[in-house]
Amino acid sequence: MKEENYYQKLKGIIKPYLPEDVTIDDISPDSHFINELNINSANLVDIVLDVEDAFDITLENDDMDQMQTVNDAMAIIDKKRTSK
Amino acid sequence: MKNRVVVTGLGICAPNGVTLADFTKTLQEGSSGISFQQELKELNFGCQVAGKPKLTSEYINKYFTPLQLKGLNASGLVYGVIAGTDAWIDAGLSKAEEDEPDWDSGIIFGTGILGVDKFRESIHFIDAGNTRRLGSTSVIQTMASGISAYLGGILGTGNQVTTNSSACTTGTEGVIMAYDRILAGKAKRILTGSCSDSGPYVWGGFDAMRILPRKHNDSPATASRPLSASASGFVPGSGAGALVLESLQSAKQRGAKIYAEVLGGAINSGGQRGGGSMTAPNSISVQRCIKMALKNSGVGSKDIEAINGHLTATGKDPVEVLNWSLALERSGLDFPYINSFKGIMGHGLAAAGSMECVAALLQFKEGQIFGNVNIVDLHPEIEKLVDKSRIPVKTIDYKPKTIAKASFGFGDVNACVIFKTFKD
Repeated sequence: MKEENYYQKLKGIIKPYLPEDVTIDDISPDSHFINELNINSANLVDIVLDVEDAFDITLENDDMDQMQTVNDAMAIIDKKRTSK
Repeated sequence: MKNRVVVTGLGICAPNGVTLADFTKTLQEGSSGISFQQELKELNFGCQVAGKPKLTSEYINKYFTPLQLKGLNASGLVYGVIAGTDAWIDAGLSKAEEDEPDWDSGIIFGTGILGVDKFRESIHFIDAGNTRRLGSTSVIQTMASGISAYLGGILGTGNQVTTNSSACTTGTEGVIMAYDRILAGKAKRILTGSCSDSGPYVWGGFDAMRILPRKHNDSPATASRPLSASASGFVPGSGAGALVLESLQSAKQRGAKIYAEVLGGAINSGGQRGGGSMTAPNSISVQRCIKMALKNSGVGSKDIEAINGHLTATGKDPVEVLNWSLALERSGLDFPYINSFKGIMGHGLAAAGSMECVAALLQFKEGQIFGNVNIVDLHPEIEKLVDKSRIPVKTIDYKPKTIAKASFGFGDVNACVIFKTFKD
């Protein structure tokens, strides 16, 4: 349940950053932010900030480097939330 | 044969109107776009009135994607995108296809300083040791060329995309730069214009210089008084104006409407010599600029039927009128009609030249010379030079064939452009 909550919340965060030819339905847990969802790499830093705000966590540079796919993001969020 | 250059599109986001229709109406009626600013009062400004475009968030949302709207905090950028996009649409042009830019179209869109509110926001993050919280939006909203970059991305232009900056001359200079590039055959069309942010961080420096009026905080509509003896400083303004300049050949091929022809212009500087300084123009260079503009346009001084001056409503207005008079060798009843739009919109700073070029060009379309407002006491030095009838205080029906428009800026820089009704 928790995972599903994270996933839906994350999709909402990603939505405005999707280019015109990618829809929210194209997002899957395995989606790669840059290679598959075609998100501008400059916008990844904005997604990280939005994630921090939405989940009340702080991501370090290492976390950001590891956050390649939606699944990566969920794992990092889970880790941060649990260790809080 | 020399390329001829025409104006095929106009766009505006001004204190007195954010659509061409509203803008035209306020100029015809002389209704003021200047209003009291509570924010300036709370910050203890001497001048608490200003010109600021009236926009709702619903209106802004039409011009930006939801992503662009996230963290958007750069008013000049908003004004510039609105005016620029509207000018493009007004010219009957469309955005480039997804896969290829329009190689023949470029952008020269100027500003003085962009995104000061965004910059302030960033400074607070940085000073708090929180630089990473800036995200990706800080740079693109605060780089001077942010405005041309935004418009370039929205429209998909593949020619030169740049931002010029020459203080209050910026907008008029841009028109001449665009004209030159099309004349040289390097582009078929250029979206040119300029924008200026609103707010205390842009206007504060001028308030500190004590060159803004302080006695009209209770009567904003009468604060800006170009050409008057009672002029006591310029009212700070903001906004954006935009023009599509295009080769005549391209305009004809598209069957585009033509507002006017750009006959030519001139740009120079007084070098802060001979009476010129950082803040005051060298009169000789102003006269040279006007005379060069005539020469480059192939018109005589007798051909000028109307002048839209820089005329900011400081004590220097009589000097400007004298410079026009000496450059054109005309005075009294022989002087062209002359007006200043700053009485209505305030001084738009970097946006002034483009907003005023748009207004000057609308006079061709309407067959009118828009009236000067707030002249109850024409400056006696000006009245000695120019017959009162040449300074209309109400909009008059008169179809000008040739209009001269000039702007002057800090740094002792000048620009003068000559527009003419289009005849094949």
